[in-house]
Amino acid sequence: MNPMTQSLFDKPQTLFDKPQTLFDKLWAAHVVETLPDGAAILFIDRHLVHEVTSPQAFEGLRAAGRKVRRPDCTLAVADHNVPTSPGRVGAEADSVLQLKTLEENVAAFGVPYIPIDDPRQGIVHVIGPELGASLPGMTIVCGDSHTSTHGALGALAFGIGTSEVEHVLATQTLIQSKPKAMRITVKGRLSPGVTAKDLALHIIAEIGTAGGTGCVIEYAGEAVRALDMAGRMTLCNMSIEAGARAGLVAPDETTFAYVRGRPMAPQGEAFDAAVAYWRTLPSDPGARFDREVVVAAADVAPMVTWGTSPEEGAPINGGVPNVVTADEERALEYMALRPGQGVAGAQIDVVFIGSCTNGRIEDIREVARVARGRSVAEGVRALVVPGSGLVKAQAEAEGLDRILIDAGFEWREAGCSMCLGMNPDRLTPGQRCASTSNRNFEGRQGPGGRTHLMSPAMAAAAAVTGRIVDVRELGVRELA
Amino acid sequence: MDAFTTLTAVAAPLPAANVDTDKIIPARFLKTIKRSGLGTHLFDGLRYAPDGSERPEFVLNQPAYRKAEILIAHENFGCGSSREHAAWALLDFGIRCVIAPSFADIFHGNALKNGILPIALPRAVCDALMQDAAMGGNARITVDLERQVVIRPSGEEISFAVDPMRRHFLLNGLDDIGQTLQHEASITAFEQARAATQPWIPAIPVI
Repeated sequence: MNPMTQSLFDKPQTLFDKPQTLFDKLWAAHVVETLPDGAAILFIDRHLVHEVTSPQAFEGLRAAGRKVRRPDCTLAVADHNVPTSPGRVGAEADSVLQLKTLEENVAAFGVPYIPIDDPRQGIVHVIGPELGASLPGMTIVCGDSHTSTHGALGALAFGIGTSEVEHVLATQTLIQSKPKAMRITVKGRLSPGVTAKDLALHIIAEIGTAGGTGCVIEYAGEAVRALDMAGRMTLCNMSIEAGARAGLVAPDETTFAYVRGRPMAPQGEAFDAAVAYWRTLPSDPGARFDREVVVAAADVAPMVTWGTSPEEGAPINGGVPNVVTADEERALEYMALRPGQGVAGAQIDVVFIGSCTNGRIEDIREVARVARGRSVAEGVRALVVPGSGLVKAQAEAEGLDRILIDAGFEWREAGCSMCLGMNPDRLTPGQRCASTSNRNFEGRQGPGGRTHLMSPAMAAAAAVTGRIVDVRELGVRELA
Repeated sequence: MDAFTTLTAVAAPLPAANVDTDKIIPARFLKTIKRSGLGTHLFDGLRYAPDGSERPEFVLNQPAYRKAEILIAHENFGCGSSREHAAWALLDFGIRCVIAPSFADIFHGNALKNGILPIALPRAVCDALMQDAAMGGNARITVDLERQVVIRPSGEEISFAVDPMRRHFLLNGLDDIGQTLQHEASITAFEQARAATQPWIPAIPVI
């Protein structure tokens, strides 16, 4: 075959017959224009804005005399800096300035904004899906790496820097090179007492914090299909801790049932039309991924991190490796642990339950199941911080706040709280924390603080026993 | 953004993998509404003791490296959050180039958008450059973006890859938004087509 015939022969195949991944479809549907070097101008359907990574972007717009191109695709809320104390007292002065700056910017640029005292306020990655602002099939960005959370809906969602925030505000697009496609298939079902958080930490321990660099990860397989939307969000949320740009779960009946009726989602016939489109999105049989990883769900146990990187984790019945690298040695010194030590048994000072990883109603129900009829151990401070005002209201309607308060937990207002130590909720040097958040970096929860990442049920078990234990050994009381 | 053409400078060795964004600039310093001034808190936890005094053992506190403009590190530099403050803090301190075996995606993009050149080179090459850097002021490393080479103090040249568009933007100090707005007609056409084919996408309401 001569080269010309070959290329003519190939063309219909590559353009029309090639099976596509969910990621390929989402990408192709948003390419405005392909630039000469191969990068794309990618259209952005939803831009979520918060107080920390936006001030310099609005400042840039102002300096250049630019407007926000699509306020109707933009939603702002404050979450990182807000105090979560009852009554929201104790805001720090520099936080107040940042919160005030966001309010001034959204007013000046006409951006829809959920005020702090609005019952819908909350962590940006909790409220996007909860309000129906984030939908399947969309491109969703935010100046926060955990934007990968929204991929649980079957949307291409990723975190961006402030220069890109400004770029999206001005143009409603981003210039992006197409990442590679990776699929993680989780075969079989997770065991009882093992959650999406454990699965995420298990995967990161397997592939490493750079295992997904340059990739968008699609999570597939029976165990993923069996997860509820909260679990899928937890899993996609942690994709960034594996270095991936985004995580994805193909939309299915679980997704559609979740989205139906949400206030900012399409309603009635528009919803049906949307579902018809969303059903076309899952990866085609035979679609090619650049990298495939298979995980056996039966191998996943409740996980706890022992180091200062999310990949430094072990099952609850495991421990720190016997032989460690120089980086791991430094991590152990920081964490005051030794090689070969088991993760179970460490004494805990603080328990933090919340964050965009595990601040949803399903997470709080898990905690209440463990806490019911028990008390927070002597000397332990345990915070439960709902991911949004609506999560808080739902928990209170179910009486979960009473169970938690009666057990000695603090019941707080919605916000990012102790996940990242930039509001009054912080660890003090040397404190050891059982945390449902996403990062155990040095100083992440406050200078000198020691973070052990785990699931909400495991964190609740740590709260009531005062140490890291296997929640499956506690026995769990059903909620009335 | 300042253009990046050629840089000859002292390089600071930071032999650690997974240098995360909380290490580069802890979250409590992100409460600024400006891009400038973050350099004093670059690597705050590594650089200062709890009482605020400098830790003399940290590389950037050593006399030879206080004015370093190049940083050499191990794998997965800049992992963690999307905070562009990490790039701003490096830039404010004076770092214009980071050389490492690999970078986290978001940090990589943020660096380029602020005139900091991230160069990925194999670990063995980084280790050799780390040894050069250990000589402090006696060893200046040159980074020539036009020719895409790092020049060791010995004169040995090591070529590196860089995205052609990013290279063009860096060499000329160009602003992304201005470039994208040259395609505004395409964006408008895309928006109109989308409104026609997917009319069910709702507008975010004014709250």
